[in-house]
Amino acid sequence: MPEPHYRQPLLRTPFHERMRAFSQVDSFIPWSGYSTVDVFSTVEQEYFAIRNGASLYDLTPMVKYRVTGADATRFLDRLVTRSIAKLAVGRVAYALWCDDGGLLIDDGTVFRMAEQEYRLCTGERQLDWLLDSSVGFDVRIEEITADIAALALQGPCSCWILKAIGLEGIETLAPFAHRGFRLPQQLAAAGPSGAATMMVSRTGFTGDLGYELWVDPADAERLWDALMEAGRVRLVRPVGSRALNIARLEAGFLLPNVDFVSSAHTLRNGSARSPLELGLGWCVDFGKGHFTGRRALLEEQGGTPRRRLAGLDVEGTKPAHNALVYADRSGRREIGSVSSAAWSPTCKRNIALAMLDAPHFMTGRQVWTEIYLNRELTWERRMVRALGRTAILRTGAAPRHSPGRLLS
Amino acid sequence: MSASRYDCIVIGAGHNGLTCAAYLARAGRRVLVLEAAEAPGGAAATHEFAPGFRVSSCAHLLHLMPGWLLGELGLAGHGLRMAAERMPTLALSAAGALQIPPYPDSAARDLGEADARAFREYAAMMGRLARALRPILEAVPPRLGSRAWRDRLTLLGLGARLRLLGRSDMRELLRIAGMCVQDLLDEHFENPLLKGALAFDAVLGTNLGPRSPGTVFTLLYRLAAGGGSAGSLAQPVGGLGALTEALARAASSAGAELRCDAPVARMIVTEDSAAGVILESGERLQAKCVVSSADPRTTFLRLLGPEHLDAGFVRRITHLRGQGMTAKLHLALDRMPRFAALTALAPTGRLVIAPSLQAVERAFNDAKYGRFSAAPLLEVIVPTAVDPGLAPAGRHVLSAVVQYAPHGVAGGWEGQREQFLDTILQTLEAHAPGLRESVCAAELLTPQDIESRFRISGGHWHHAELALDQFFMVRPVAGAAQYRAPVRGLFLCGAGCHPGGGVMGLAGHHAARRILAEAA
Repeated sequence: MPEPHYRQPLLRTPFHERMRAFSQVDSFIPWSGYSTVDVFSTVEQEYFAIRNGASLYDLTPMVKYRVTGADATRFLDRLVTRSIAKLAVGRVAYALWCDDGGLLIDDGTVFRMAEQEYRLCTGERQLDWLLDSSVGFDVRIEEITADIAALALQGPCSCWILKAIGLEGIETLAPFAHRGFRLPQQLAAAGPSGAATMMVSRTGFTGDLGYELWVDPADAERLWDALMEAGRVRLVRPVGSRALNIARLEAGFLLPNVDFVSSAHTLRNGSARSPLELGLGWCVDFGKGHFTGRRALLEEQGGTPRRRLAGLDVEGTKPAHNALVYADRSGRREIGSVSSAAWSPTCKRNIALAMLDAPHFMTGRQVWTEIYLNRELTWERRMVRALGRTAILRTGAAPRHSPGRLLS
Repeated sequence: MSASRYDCIVIGAGHNGLTCAAYLARAGRRVLVLEAAEAPGGAAATHEFAPGFRVSSCAHLLHLMPGWLLGELGLAGHGLRMAAERMPTLALSAAGALQIPPYPDSAARDLGEADARAFREYAAMMGRLARALRPILEAVPPRLGSRAWRDRLTLLGLGARLRLLGRSDMRELLRIAGMCVQDLLDEHFENPLLKGALAFDAVLGTNLGPRSPGTVFTLLYRLAAGGGSAGSLAQPVGGLGALTEALARAASSAGAELRCDAPVARMIVTEDSAAGVILESGERLQAKCVVSSADPRTTFLRLLGPEHLDAGFVRRITHLRGQGMTAKLHLALDRMPRFAALTALAPTGRLVIAPSLQAVERAFNDAKYGRFSAAPLLEVIVPTAVDPGLAPAGRHVLSAVVQYAPHGVAGGWEGQREQFLDTILQTLEAHAPGLRESVCAAELLTPQDIESRFRISGGHWHHAELALDQFFMVRPVAGAAQYRAPVRGLFLCGAGCHPGGGVMGLAGHHAARRILAEAA
């Protein structure tokens, strides 16, 4: 008999037992009602697996919806800011959705599975908003989070490993494409699900070569074992959220509740952010017809921007965690704050994302970050110079194995 | 595609649509009014319900349309005549009739001395509050947080009017505005019949009972809308249809074009702007703006389409409360009905059957749980008592507003209609013995019939429940409360807008003002 929910408030993913066996520091954190790993051994080891070898990250808690019906395309086009009609079957798009005020509710990925079938993946549950958005549209929306086990295989060796387990033709899978692959004998034959194929998408949150694998939960452990076995010679390792967080910051991907707070959750006037403020204007297609928030975003676009998320290169080696940002070294004019910061081992730079008031978000502009350092319980305050970088997320650029991209 | 291009297409030739069209045409706009039915009128029409018998289809008394509006549009010149004005209200009971004295000054006659004195004070106080609230109804709602001088001036003006009430009346307004009408009436009166009749006015047309919070507000609204005087009840010659016919003539003579039998299928939206309509016949008609007098749900969800709106706005529209609770009964009678309580009086007034607060609340209890009232409340008039032309010589028509009849009655109206008709006739028979025998024909319109016949989603007379949360700056919903839809070129002018339903015409008037101000 399963344990009652009050005894085990966090659900376990199909990879949980495997991850627990691998975990050296027993560091688990909650994500969307599931228990996931923060760190397995050390953040550095895991980070370098992502950048130099291959990494496994359990994506199962990612909330997934199946959207089907005659109006599925029209419904999604009204929901998100990008054009979904232009998305071909077999393709994936990063997408945003806003409230009426053009303020970001959440981001996610839209997979076009068939002419009238989509999969929408998001960090948080959205059923309420999806149902509200479906009034007047012939669509069916089902949450299928628990029906699918998802695993991200990221890193320069990821393609090699998939070939090694027998996914024929995986090297032909283009960025932002997905396809069903025939499962090799040892995975398929014994599978209780009887599934002969596995869906693979060339997507990820690391900005590097990488794939996301979507399988029946019954096949999850067998897949994990096969990947770990095949990847042994290529330094494959399971990684936790902390290592992934450095990789995504290098790639310029935003993290909900860190770099922005969903407008569905903000209580204070002015704390929600629009896609334009977050530098995601390239994701907004004003020409595709109406979508929720379009009128507000058009008005915002017509005015002068008040603030914008900017990438910063901070001097020194100490990450500017939670730093306030000033226009001057004396710290008299506060112009924003840092939402994400890390030392980037690959770029050998001290990088950060900061929400800055106009006009300080301009590229090449010099600003000052106020960094507090704890030196054996003695706090030191430093004003450190930082320079604004170019747009944090390159428009439509496919993530590919190109460390140079991270440096630009 | 039609070559003709209009400045404005008005959807619906009810009193609000026609009022709006008349004002727009008078300002020089090329206006086309499209009506789905074969004649103008909407819910303010007169129809023949049995051979030779005609009756006001939905609303049957005129008491909310301001005199200045009738005057400005010159409706008397367009043939509008009153068969009766300042009609008295008579509360009926087994024991006799009680004349509810006209507000605010006349002395009460049929009450005991204590209640008569209390009534004078109550009526004076309610009259003062209603007069102070009246400017709210006359105003185009200001936008919240707006910096436009017009919005600020409106708010300032309304505040000043309330301030003029003085400290004690302002306190009383604050105290009672959110109260239930039963508590207020219990504070003032003893007589159950008086309390029943006053509570009836507070809940008429709403989904509320006398113990529901906010019913003092609905009562004040009714008093304010009626100009603070309940004595202004009137009945046009030829029924309410005569009013809309006069309005149609006023609009036509100002240059507006009217097309009946022209139901709109949907609106044309080009580049995020309403640019015309497509009729059910397939005909396309273009215009610079579209003005809808249909209810908000029909306008936004059916005619415009949610795909042109933001999801949060659509949520507000779907949450709009607008379940019809009121039915309409029409009887063709072969003789003048005799009401036992009215031995000395011919039924030339408005007869109210709501014997006590308890009776009103019990009638509401049924509706609360999805049933029609087992002992319904009635507002009865005998239009032929003052306007014999509505029926063949010597015969009569009885028209009754019946409360409560939930639009979504449990089990559906099919199969219960006969039972409900029988229930109402029993109630009438109790007050007018012999009435049943004299019935030659009967027509009962449930809210579902009202929905299909007048194309009002939910069958609610006010298009959307009149309550504090759906009033003034948030009527029908935030984002459309200034007669302007989120889509450019689309305006609202129906009862779903401020100041609401009833045959008032102010929504149409205000909408026209807003449209003209926008273009100027």
